[in-house]
Amino acid sequence: MTIRRRIYLALGFLGALHASVLLASFFAPYDPEVQDRELPFAPPTRLHFVDERGRFHLRPFIYACASSSMPVAACVEDLTRAFPLRFFVRESSAVEKANLANQGAELGASESKRRHWRLFGVDQPARIFLLGSDGLGRDQFSRLLHGGQVSLLAGMLAAGLALGFGLVLGAVAGFYGGWVDELIMRSVELFLALPWLYLLFAVRAFLPLHLSAVQSFFLLIAVMGVVGWARPARLVRGVVLSARERDYVAAARGFGASDVYLLRRHVLPQAFGVVMTQAGILIPQFILAEVALSYLGLGVAEPVPSLGNLLAELQQYHVMASYWWMFLPGAALIPVFASYYALANALQERAGVVPT
Amino acid sequence: MLRYFTRRLLHGLFLVVGVSLLTFFLLQLAPGDFFAEMRLNPQMTAESVAAVRHQYGLDRSVATRYLLWINSVRKGELGFSFAYDSPVACLLWARARNTLILTLSAMLLSWLIAVPVGLGCGARPGGWSDRLCLGATSSLLAIPDLLLALGLLFLAVRTGWFPTGGMVSPGFDDLSGWGKVKDVVSHFCLPVATLVLGTVPVLVRHVRAGVVEVLASPFIRAARAHGITRRRLLARYALRGAAAPLISLLGLGITTLLSGSLLVEVVMSWPGVGPLLWEAVLARDLYVVVGAVMCSTLFLVGGNMVADALLFAVDPRIRTE
Repeated sequence: MTIRRRIYLALGFLGALHASVLLASFFAPYDPEVQDRELPFAPPTRLHFVDERGRFHLRPFIYACASSSMPVAACVEDLTRAFPLRFFVRESSAVEKANLANQGAELGASESKRRHWRLFGVDQPARIFLLGSDGLGRDQFSRLLHGGQVSLLAGMLAAGLALGFGLVLGAVAGFYGGWVDELIMRSVELFLALPWLYLLFAVRAFLPLHLSAVQSFFLLIAVMGVVGWARPARLVRGVVLSARERDYVAAARGFGASDVYLLRRHVLPQAFGVVMTQAGILIPQFILAEVALSYLGLGVAEPVPSLGNLLAELQQYHVMASYWWMFLPGAALIPVFASYYALANALQERAGVVPT
Repeated sequence: MLRYFTRRLLHGLFLVVGVSLLTFFLLQLAPGDFFAEMRLNPQMTAESVAAVRHQYGLDRSVATRYLLWINSVRKGELGFSFAYDSPVACLLWARARNTLILTLSAMLLSWLIAVPVGLGCGARPGGWSDRLCLGATSSLLAIPDLLLALGLLFLAVRTGWFPTGGMVSPGFDDLSGWGKVKDVVSHFCLPVATLVLGTVPVLVRHVRAGVVEVLASPFIRAARAHGITRRRLLARYALRGAAAPLISLLGLGITTLLSGSLLVEVVMSWPGVGPLLWEAVLARDLYVVVGAVMCSTLFLVGGNMVADALLFAVDPRIRTE
């Protein structure tokens, strides 16, 4: 495969992944906060095509769980109650309404907004948990999609921030040289040398611990952006350093071009390749950072799902030992990372570097 | 030679001082401190909270506190932990030793694996072994560290082959000398395996890239024209040529390894610096956070020193500088 095709393939796959988490509320059968206390740690629901009497159905169906008195029961399928899978349902079920009503008036007010199309669903009282449910009976599949939204967005925004800082500081350092360059490059060394997770912890330590989910999300992004600017800055500086000596830059300067114009028009476009490659490397790193921090309870907080705090339930021994589907949010990271690495590799190869 | 090492030493010193300033002043920006929650306690009056804060010097200015902290570093105390009510240094040393055991053995093991594998992969770029190697490393790279640690822990829970956390078993003190070693080693397997699986693919790729680059250079072709065997060519010439970037990677690799071990330590409850730092961040135990970060910086500077010394020994170009 040519490098160009590999880049397009990776980009296409990433695009599909991002689109599916972006449209989480359409693909997910339930809202991520909706609980069903009757069904904690329900295993993934099995889709059936062949019924009791051996008849084949084109439309898949599920069996509802038999109600049992055991506290944590493996779902025993009640073969008398089959529920066909419905596609393109207008979601507004009785249980959900009741849940919303319980949660208070302010949610009740926005209830009409919460009615929207979903790709698939089943009729009440059956529940479809494609990837099982968690300790509060919330649908893991829905939480995974919504959590993916948070985690992937955090990675992308933080990488954007870090690259922005890196681009500006690297360009200034390379273009002006002198003591500015010295100062910026010394701090780059400082930030590069530190183990980034320790640094992230230290920076996180100075922020308030108890925050709303939205605040902590943006703080997390800011923290990661602040920590990650050093490597792009160094690489951009290198490019700028060589670009500013080119003849056409000198010529443009001779015609009276200002520094800002020179940077914008002639110097920074050279750094495009470097910045793109760095994006391919930084985004997965930041997604991982978000996952790690949220896993440790320092990032995005419940009830907002993120891939990290979905994994956090595994800190309990019995969850890890008995409910394998709780690992799936972690496994979902693998295709994301694989495609980002493939992209970064292809970009590096295109730039003529042996990929590492 | 002396000049080279003095310069490296000064650079290390700059790093240590810079990091201490950075963390110290960043932490001062924090709203609230360790005693902030005491205000919510109805049994504490505002005066007694103020008194405690005064006792620990939290009402002084940042600069004064930094100087006080430097003074306590000089005395070998590294500040004072509010939560443990003892000097930070006492808490840190035993844990630093455990982290060091973990990271050093993981590093050693992963280099021992990565160098021969990388050499084998890079020997014939584009060959089947190379493609196999690239495929294997990129699939390993795609597995996040956290998942790797959790997966291995799951294995331990399900099979019972390995202990699931900590560094020693409950009855450790009663064991005989050999039993103690066996106990620690069995606790040690999983964290080291996680770290090694996380670092080996990165290292293999760097070794491979270095070897590929060197093999394309003219002196290798000249050596081949002289009839030097392939094996000798790889082991003596290619590896040596690729050594310089790899050794500086040794220094930088410590950074990633320390970050990785922070996570692994917390997940597998290895009693290293990681869990200490985590708890300190949650409890706003200011000086413990600073101490743990400083500790990691010291490891790093030490690692860089070793890398510099090695570089000096291997690369003659540096000696003539």
